[in-house]
Amino acid sequence: MKNIRNFCIIAHIDHGKSTLADRLLQQTNTISDRDMMDQVLDDMDLEREKGITIKSHAIQINYKHADNKDYVLNLIDTPGHVDFSYEVSRALAACEGALLLVDATQGIQAQTISNLYLAIENDLEIIPVINKIDMDGAMIEEVEDQIVDLIGCKREDILHASGRTGLGVDKVLDAIVNRIPAPEGNEEAPLQALIFDSVFNSFRGIIVYYRILNGTIRKNDIVKFVSTDQQYGADEIGILKLKMTERKEVKAGDVGYIITGIKNAKEVKVGDTITLAANPTPEQIKGFEEVKPMVFAGIYPVNTDEFEELRDCMDKLQLNDASLTYELETSQALGFGFRCGFLGMLHMEIIQERLEREFDQTVITTVPNVSFIAHTTKGETVQVNNPTEFPDPVKTESIEEPFIKAQIITKPDYIGNIMTLCLGKRGLLINQSYLTPTRVELIFEMPLTEIVFDFYDKLKSQTRGYASFDYHPIGYRDSDIVKMDILLNGDKVDALSALIHRSRAQDFGRKLCEKLKELLPRQQFQIAIQAAVGAKVIARETISAMRKDVTAKCYGGDISRKRKLLEKQKEGKKRMRQIGNVEVPQEAFLAVLKLDD
Amino acid sequence: MSGIYIHIPFCKQACHYCNFHFSTSLRYKNELIAALLGEISLTKDFFPEAVKNAGAVETIYFGGGTPSLCTKEEIDAILSQISASFEVAAGAEITLEANPDDITEERLLQWKDSGITRLSIGIQSFFEEDLVWMNRAHNSSQAWNSLQLATKYFDNITIDLIYGTPGLTDDKWKQNVDRVISLGIPHISCYALTVEPKTPLQKMIREHKLADVDPDHQSAQFLLLMTWLADAGFEHYEISNFAKPGFRSRHNSSYWKGKPYFGFGPSAHSFDGESRWWNIANNTTYIRSIEQGAIPYEKEVLTPVQQVNEMIMISLRTLEGLDTSRLIQQIKGIAQDEILRMKQTILEESARYISNGLMVREGDWLRLTYEGKLLADGIAADLFFD
Ligand SMILES: Nc1nc2c(ncn2[C@@H]2O[C@H](COP(=O)(O)OP(=O)(O)O)[C@@H](O)[C@H]2O)c(=O)[nH]1
Ligand code: SF4
Ligand SMILES: [Mg+2]
Repeated sequence: MKNIRNFCIIAHIDHGKSTLADRLLQQTNTISDRDMMDQVLDDMDLEREKGITIKSHAIQINYKHADNKDYVLNLIDTPGHVDFSYEVSRALAACEGALLLVDATQGIQAQTISNLYLAIENDLEIIPVINKIDMDGAMIEEVEDQIVDLIGCKREDILHASGRTGLGVDKVLDAIVNRIPAPEGNEEAPLQALIFDSVFNSFRGIIVYYRILNGTIRKNDIVKFVSTDQQYGADEIGILKLKMTERKEVKAGDVGYIITGIKNAKEVKVGDTITLAANPTPEQIKGFEEVKPMVFAGIYPVNTDEFEELRDCMDKLQLNDASLTYELETSQALGFGFRCGFLGMLHMEIIQERLEREFDQTVITTVPNVSFIAHTTKGETVQVNNPTEFPDPVKTESIEEPFIKAQIITKPDYIGNIMTLCLGKRGLLINQSYLTPTRVELIFEMPLTEIVFDFYDKLKSQTRGYASFDYHPIGYRDSDIVKMDILLNGDKVDALSALIHRSRAQDFGRKLCEKLKELLPRQQFQIAIQAAVGAKVIARETISAMRKDVTAKCYGGDISRKRKLLEKQKEGKKRMRQIGNVEVPQEAFLAVLKLDD
Repeated sequence: MSGIYIHIPFCKQACHYCNFHFSTSLRYKNELIAALLGEISLTKDFFPEAVKNAGAVETIYFGGGTPSLCTKEEIDAILSQISASFEVAAGAEITLEANPDDITEERLLQWKDSGITRLSIGIQSFFEEDLVWMNRAHNSSQAWNSLQLATKYFDNITIDLIYGTPGLTDDKWKQNVDRVISLGIPHISCYALTVEPKTPLQKMIREHKLADVDPDHQSAQFLLLMTWLADAGFEHYEISNFAKPGFRSRHNSSYWKGKPYFGFGPSAHSFDGESRWWNIANNTTYIRSIEQGAIPYEKEVLTPVQQVNEMIMISLRTLEGLDTSRLIQQIKGIAQDEILRMKQTILEESARYISNGLMVREGDWLRLTYEGKLLADGIAADLFFD
């Protein structure tokens, strides 16, 4: 055990985590140059493209240290986005140390700080590394100041490296061995293993990744997952090299995988404890939580007759993404579909893209909303995840909406813009503090619903990208939430209804009507687009009737071509949804996601 | 009863908006005319049934391209080849498309002598700037003079006008139409400028070198046109065609009635009531193929549904409109109850257009109103069957 080191890398997106990981694998010959593909750890297509790590993974590095001993370094990769902060916390809990990787040209970002705090809470040894020192814009001294301020380390403790050139990577390896403590634990104690991740494999079922705190797991053991109280046979266990490598046993201190034939990701909960059925541990590992969806939206097939196919795909998708929840929902406008719960907006985007890429499903996603709590006059409490569930205002005593604590780190120049943005989003400034003379941290309390739509993009454009953002839920508060409906020639489009703060309804309604005006094709009659709260119309646009839809010539040589053209046109119309007498193309249902100022 | 269309695929210069098949090089003109003659005589071998069922030829139409580029000898040779291969009815309508720059006294006399009964003149506009914008081969004075001259020799004249071009104000549009009316021309075809794919016009609009057409402007000019010509005694017998009584184009009308027709020359289409076939749109391939004794064509056999859809699409454009009872006689290869059901569906579906004021119904007949005509394509597509 004393030759094992378990560590992770805390870094902001693009600060070079994947590149450095690749370099560590290369320098230790864990991976041959021939197998080297840039960013080995991000193996989902989508991850590569978005440049983020969605699912965390682990890899074992074998390293011969200067002391001539062989070490096993388990690198546990962590997701780099706020939507997945619980998963990050569990991955950190599986480590004894963390590399704090900071881009020398960018400095410390909000996400990094909050993950750093998580690491410190978990008692991890922090090794600060300034990366990208090969770049012209590297501000090594300044970033050193930031790091010293933040973790109170000594300047000499900070390593300098370049994942690109490989410079300083040997020092990093050195520090991992010398500074991160070896795991402690008792191989003979009852098994206690922390699940920090799982992946779905279409042949093997769910592969569970864990870190053993105490005890030993052996092939064919009967294991028990503590929170679900389910038992399984350990069909295969092993360690995580570049590929899974089967072992007869994995012992305390080490990181490994187990395959039990589980087919549904729901049965595997990140943060849960694995123990032995025969000799269970008396203690579940601390910190386990059920992940709760934060954002809800309807997902519908583009063609109503593709619902069964979509259901199939959702089932499959959930097999490997347990954080996705969904239930059946029907919409007058869109037919059968699903009300889905997501960890956040990025998660929602990912699910939508995975449906398209991996399952070849084109879907319509409805207006996302957070989960509200309604108190009725009868004293009942109702969870509202969907505008259609919104209770009649007359019978409603009060509504509560979820709030978050938002942490934003930026340059002092942008404080004004950020204040305007956040106050405009009903934010409340809680604290403002200078981390260094050039970096300021702002803490706001804000309704979650306000960051659901375009907050990230706005923040980015308002600060030219010089702001980083992180948030945590801080519970529910009373709020004046209304349901806003969209009507086309007087018919309600249920799929476009939104739950929104009264003070924002008019502005939102106006923008949505304007956008719809852009997206709806002219038809043979005039179309009135209205936004309404209850019976009160708060915004209105009109699309005038189409004036001309006739080709000039229709002689002997034109007939065939023209018929085919009209047949195609008819085909296209069939894919539109009928709301009263108005034909609505799919893009219109996505209008809300494309609102701008 | 049938019609014959002759495609002369040559032009002096390419108009910017045009997507017809033509070549601006006259190098292969002789060979092409020879091939045309060849195709006409090959037709009875290739399509014996169609020729047998076609009956007498009632109309012949020289289109293009620019048929007025043909010599008298060429026109005569084509007509005599038609007479040799088909039965041509007495009093047949024989139309020739002529461009103003080709019209002289001498040519007019020759056409008369050849037996041409109707002239179709591509005026498009009387304004110089419009003609330049369109890249027409003629100028404004040729437009006016040729038309005056033609009226001395032909009564049965039709002219083409284009509206809805960005530079054509409503006032200019009125002047164009008034000039035609003042000369007593009995037939006018008016086309809204259409930006066809792969034309220089499309390219220039894409590159923002020219302003795009404005559908509202076009529909306004169309509505104006309809009132002007109605006042001048013209029947609006098809979306783009207006005629004084007795002067409708018999040839084009037969397309709209679903009559059979033969098309000769590259890109020309033929129809026998159930199948449609069309020649390759390439002059040299066409020539080579005919030289080897083969007509280079592609063919589609229309399903009953396609026949119904075509009938809806075409007849809604006409003054008489869609006579749904005609479906029963005309659609081939379909069971009686099935076609009756389709007829019923069309009549039921028409209700919403009637209530919108786009259509009127009299018994089994459906006709588009002024406003409906502007939306004819969308309405037809809605009524299509799959
Ligand atoms: N110049 C330079 N570029 C680097 C270095 N490390 C990473 N990069 C680049 O920074 C970008 C982000 O790196 P990546 O490893 O994907 O960051 P991650 O998002 O933290 O995983 C990529 O374009 C890398 O090529 C470095 O040390 N020097
Ligand atoms: S003359 Fe007629 S066929 Fe020739 S390019 Fe002009 S419009 Fe087209
Ligand atoms: Mg990465």
